[in-house]
Amino acid sequence: MKARFSLLLGSLSAALVAFALTSPRVTAADKVDPVADAKAFQNFFFQKFPDVKHEDFVNGPYSMNADMKRQWQEKEEFPPYEFALDAGKEMFATPFKNGKTYADCFPNGGIGIRQNYPYFDGKEGKVVTLELALNRCREANGEQPYSYVKDEMASLTAYMAFTSRGKPMDIRIPDDPRALEAFENGKRYFYTRRGQLNFSCASCHVQSPGERIRAEVLAPALGILNAMPIYRSEWSGMGTISRRFVTCNSQTRAVPLAPQSDEYRDVEYFLSYVANGLPIAGPGARP
Amino acid sequence: MASSIRVRATSNGDITEVQALIQHSMDTGLVKNPSGELIPAHYIQQLTFECNGKDVFVADWGTAVSKDPYVKFSFKGAKKGDDLKISWTDNKGGSDTTTAKIA
Amino acid sequence: MKRSLALAMLLALSLAPAARAANEADYKAAYATAEAASKEAAGLRNQWTVTVSTLAAARKAADGGDFDRATAAAREAEALAKASIFQANSEKDAWKAMEIR
Repeated sequence: MKARFSLLLGSLSAALVAFALTSPRVTAADKVDPVADAKAFQNFFFQKFPDVKHEDFVNGPYSMNADMKRQWQEKEEFPPYEFALDAGKEMFATPFKNGKTYADCFPNGGIGIRQNYPYFDGKEGKVVTLELALNRCREANGEQPYSYVKDEMASLTAYMAFTSRGKPMDIRIPDDPRALEAFENGKRYFYTRRGQLNFSCASCHVQSPGERIRAEVLAPALGILNAMPIYRSEWSGMGTISRRFVTCNSQTRAVPLAPQSDEYRDVEYFLSYVANGLPIAGPGARP
Repeated sequence: MASSIRVRATSNGDITEVQALIQHSMDTGLVKNPSGELIPAHYIQQLTFECNGKDVFVADWGTAVSKDPYVKFSFKGAKKGDDLKISWTDNKGGSDTTTAKIA
Repeated sequence: MKRSLALAMLLALSLAPAARAANEADYKAAYATAEAASKEAAGLRNQWTVTVSTLAAARKAADGGDFDRATAAAREAEALAKASIFQANSEKDAWKAMEIR
C-alpha cells in the first residue's frame, strides 16, 4: 500500500517535471522578432482581403472600395499633388546659400532612395526618417529647418517619393538591440489605445479597414505609409507623415506629440518595415 | 512662369474629352490667417474653353469651388489637331490663358 | 433587506452634492488637484485634448467670477486627467491584446 502510494507520487512528480520541461516557457520579455511580426502582419491582411492584390494595399481606401478606386484612377491622369510635386522638384534642385544641394546629403544624390527610409542610425542609436534627414541636411548647410507639418517638407518628400515610385519598400533592422527596441516601441505605439476616444492606430486600420468612420473609408494598415506624402482633399493640400500622425492623435482627442518625437519615428519604422516588399506609391492622393 | 492651367484633350473621332487642372487658391474670404485676419476672397469668376471659334464650355464660378479646381467634360464637333483655348479671369482682375492641341 | 436599504441611503447621502455654492477657495483647491493630475498625464505622454480644454475653461470661469462652474470644470478636468493616467497604465499590458500575431 505504502509502496504503491510512493510510486504514484513519484510518477506524478516525474510527470510534472516532464511537463515543465516540455511546455513552452513564456518569459517576461519575449524575444523581438521583426521578421515573424512582418509575416504575421502581411498574412493577416492578405487573408482578410483575399481579392485584393498584394501591391494594391498601398492604395489605402481605394483597395477597399471599387467605386472610389475608379474615381481615383481617373484623377491620377491629373493628380492634385502635381503642383506640390513640381514645387518639390524645383526646391530639391535649388542650391543652399552655401552652394551645396540636397543631393550632397543623400546616397545616389537623393534620387530613388525613399524606400530605404526610415533607417536605424547606429551612431546616434535612433531611427532616422526622411523628413528628419532633410531638415538635418538643411541645418548642416546653414539653412533654417522646415516645419514638419507644412507645405515645403511635403513638397520635398513628394518629389523624393516620386523618384522611388514602384520600388519595393526596403527597411533594414540591423542586429542591434537598440534597433530591435525601436521596432518594438513602434509596434507598441501602434497598438496602444490613446485619447479620450480610446482608439489605437489598430482600432481603425487593423480592425476596421474598408469600413467607414463617419463618411471616410478606412485604409488598411498594411502599406499605409507607402503612398506618403499625400494630397488630402480634406486638407486642400499636401501633408507629410508627421502631419498625419499629429492629426490622427488629435482626432482621438489625444494631445499630439512634437513631430519627429521618438514615438513617431519608431512607429514609422515599424509600419514601414512590415510593409517591406510592397511598392512605393508616393506622392498619393486621398479624400 | 509656368501656366496655371494643365490640360489634356483627346478625341475618339466623334467626342472630345477634356480634363483640366487649374492652380488657384480659390479663397472664400471666410478663412482667417494665423494672425486672425480674414484672407480676402480670391476666386475664379469665369472659365472658358473655346474651340474652332466657339465656346464649348463656360463656367461662372464663386467661392464654393475648391482650391486647385479640376474640370472634366466632353463635347462634339472637334477633331484631332484642333486647338482648344482655355482662359480664366478672377475677382481680383487676375487671369491666365493657354492653348492645347486635341490629341 | 433592511441593512442594504440603510446602506444605500448612507451611500446616496455621501454622494449628494454640496448644498452651498462653491467659493474661490474651493475652486483653487479643485484646480490645484486637477492641474497636478493633468501634469502627471502629460508626463506619461498621454495627455487628452479634453483635459487641457476643460482645465482652461475652469480657469476662464474663475476669472469671470463664476466659481460654481469653475469648480465643476476643475473637478471634471481632474476626472479626465485621471482617466488618461489609468489608460496609460492599463495600456502598458493591454496593447498586446490588439497585436496581430
